Amino acid sequence: MIVKRFVEGMDDRLEGTSFIQRNLKKVFPDHWSYMLGEIALYSFVLLVLTGTFLSFFYIASPALVTYDGPYAPLHGQTVSAAYDSVMRISFEVQAGLVMRQIHHWAALLFMSAIGFHLLRVFFTGAFRRPREVSWVIGVGLLLTGIAAGFSGYSLPDDSLSGAGLRIAYSVILSIPFVGTWIAYLFFGGEFPGPEILNRLLILHVFIVPLLLIAQLGAHLGVVWHQTHTQFRAPGRTEDTVYGTPVWPKFAMKAVGLAFVTFAVLALLGGLFQINPVWLNGPFVPYTTASPSQPDVYVGWLEGLLRLWPNWEFEVFGHTIGELFLPGVVVPGVLFTALAAWPFIEARVGGDHEWHNFSQRPREAPVRAGIGAAAIALFTVLVLAGGNDVVAKYLNVEVDHLNVILRWLLLIAPVVAGGLTWWICRDLDKTDDHPIAVPARVRFRRNVVGGFDRESDEPPSAGIEKAPES
Amino acid sequence: MRSPSRWVALALGASTLASLALFGVYLGGGDPQAEGVLLFVALGGVGAALMIWARFLMPEVRDRTQPRHHGPEPAQELEGAAETVTRGVEEMRRRRFLFRLLLGAAAALGVAAIFPIRSLGRAPGSSLFHTHWRAGDRLVDEEGAPITRDTLEVDSFTTVFPEHSPGSADSQAVLIRVQPGTLRLPPDRAAGAPDGYVVYSKICTHAGCALGLYLAAVQQLRCPCHQSTFDVLDGARPVYGPAPRPLPQLPISIEGDGTIRATGDFPEPVGPSFWDLST
Repeated sequence: MIVKRFVEGMDDRLEGTSFIQRNLKKVFPDHWSYMLGEIALYSFVLLVLTGTFLSFFYIASPALVTYDGPYAPLHGQTVSAAYDSVMRISFEVQAGLVMRQIHHWAALLFMSAIGFHLLRVFFTGAFRRPREVSWVIGVGLLLTGIAAGFSGYSLPDDSLSGAGLRIAYSVILSIPFVGTWIAYLFFGGEFPGPEILNRLLILHVFIVPLLLIAQLGAHLGVVWHQTHTQFRAPGRTEDTVYGTPVWPKFAMKAVGLAFVTFAVLALLGGLFQINPVWLNGPFVPYTTASPSQPDVYVGWLEGLLRLWPNWEFEVFGHTIGELFLPGVVVPGVLFTALAAWPFIEARVGGDHEWHNFSQRPREAPVRAGIGAAAIALFTVLVLAGGNDVVAKYLNVEVDHLNVILRWLLLIAPVVAGGLTWWICRDLDKTDDHPIAVPARVRFRRNVVGGFDRESDEPPSAGIEKAPES
Repeated sequence: MRSPSRWVALALGASTLASLALFGVYLGGGDPQAEGVLLFVALGGVGAALMIWARFLMPEVRDRTQPRHHGPEPAQELEGAAETVTRGVEEMRRRRFLFRLLLGAAAALGVAAIFPIRSLGRAPGSSLFHTHWRAGDRLVDEEGAPITRDTLEVDSFTTVFPEHSPGSADSQAVLIRVQPGTLRLPPDRAAGAPDGYVVYSKICTHAGCALGLYLAAVQQLRCPCHQSTFDVLDGARPVYGPAPRPLPQLPISIEGDGTIRATGDFPEPVGPSFWDLST
């Protein structure tokens, strides 16, 4: 009754009921891999909630104070007010530590879910026309997410924050023409810079989240408008979508997944220590914590810095610093290629058609191979980003490990890519399932996106029952 | 259909109990582990309940097929839209002079809006080319206590600063004592490293991390960040890793009473490379 009056009242003023009606009845295809993007979204929601709590206690000040909190080993030590406030959150603010740890775990899950979501979209060709817009915004979200993470773990002003900032400052410094100016304007002066914590805070709690929300809104809006791609199955066509209605079933499942995501993050935050700033100690410019590793989404960039040869160039009497290629150019090229991928593939493959069906990776062996090569490259680089830790575990010299990693960096992508390409091509030819018993009945896709039966066996085994429209 | 609903009830009950228990933990002074586990049950209970409910207790809501929009709008719609845009622009352009003025004003406003960015920090100027070290500065540790000839054993090192700026980020340096006569420095720099005492900038020329590790056996300084390694005896030449340049050497002299003083600033910029480095 109340709902009816509310809807009537709204319609009277905004005339929006047909819109509501249409969207509540909208169906969403069901597949486990579609949850990856959702998990990223729910992690973001939790990041905003826990981050808001933390922002009430954090102080972005490099002013020196004497630590006199309950953590005895640091008693009497001179630390920055920023570090002191994070220590207070960790030891004195009730529920502060659990909030901080949930926040950090949520950031890792946010970035990981984005990464896996990206892989799903890539390998299934879900980025193809007309969904290039979502893809490009998605790459934007990935980049903004890295900025969110980096600005976040730079705030506590512990030794890890300092090492990361020091390296970031040096990378900026290496940019030709404008590097020193950008570095000085951003840090307020020479490293460590009097203003940097405050700048990072505004970036982390205002500018970057604003960018994230804007892009999330656009990303979700486009997906909602275009609806998901879906895998081929009997009865499905390019012009229709088969799935669960938004209200109430899909909504309930989605909210359920949100709560499960929150729950897992709460468990991680409660039981698994992450970024223990009290063990890292405060940042002191003339010491470096060893070993120091960034979070994984920055780790591959760090790996690039560790494996890159010490090439430095003189150009017309000026210096192009060693860091410029691995720190700016290579990541720039990689991200540009990533963002442009749908257009590159359409151009090279000559496929400018609309596609509402996702592909299985085998249907595009070259793409699958390139994707596998990228995963291999990323993996080697992440290992390289923690080469000192890896060397310790493997009990080898870091220098020897680096030789191996450099070779792997060249070989692993080729091997992984070639193997994937070969397997996919073979699977596509035979259409076997890689693990299970081959399906008895085979379908051949026809021109209009429907299916023709290829074999003569009775249509009993292995076919999904066609859904009623 | 009975058993899914029982599971939902169980999950919601557990969630409620966990939330109540959270009160207790909070009032009792808090405990991260307990908070994490109870939050897990409280949140996960709701999540599981909703998912089971949607999955098993909504047989009336069936999956179904819907048409989706496919392909571009009809050609006339597209042309209409394009025409509306062009007509608007044309309409503005009819007043050619005013239109150009508008563009000019917008450009000027854009430039004016950039200026405040200049307030964000000071100009680099020549600040990257020198540090706080002056001729005659005594070497002190991070607390400001003087370093003398006897502070160090052979094959050991310590971090030093100019006496007026202990702890300064860009002036940090390492004093290393090696066997006299083993240093192989260029002739013009040998005088700045008397009796096997030599001072190098502590800032790695790769990415600027503080060089934390001294491998006394091979007389090498190593950066913990990216493993750049410098040969102390050979003028801190980079022998391994990504660092492209040697560490700048700070010239020192040792007085009769053992006081160690700098005889000038580093001869070249310390830390990572930048565009104007070699000018």
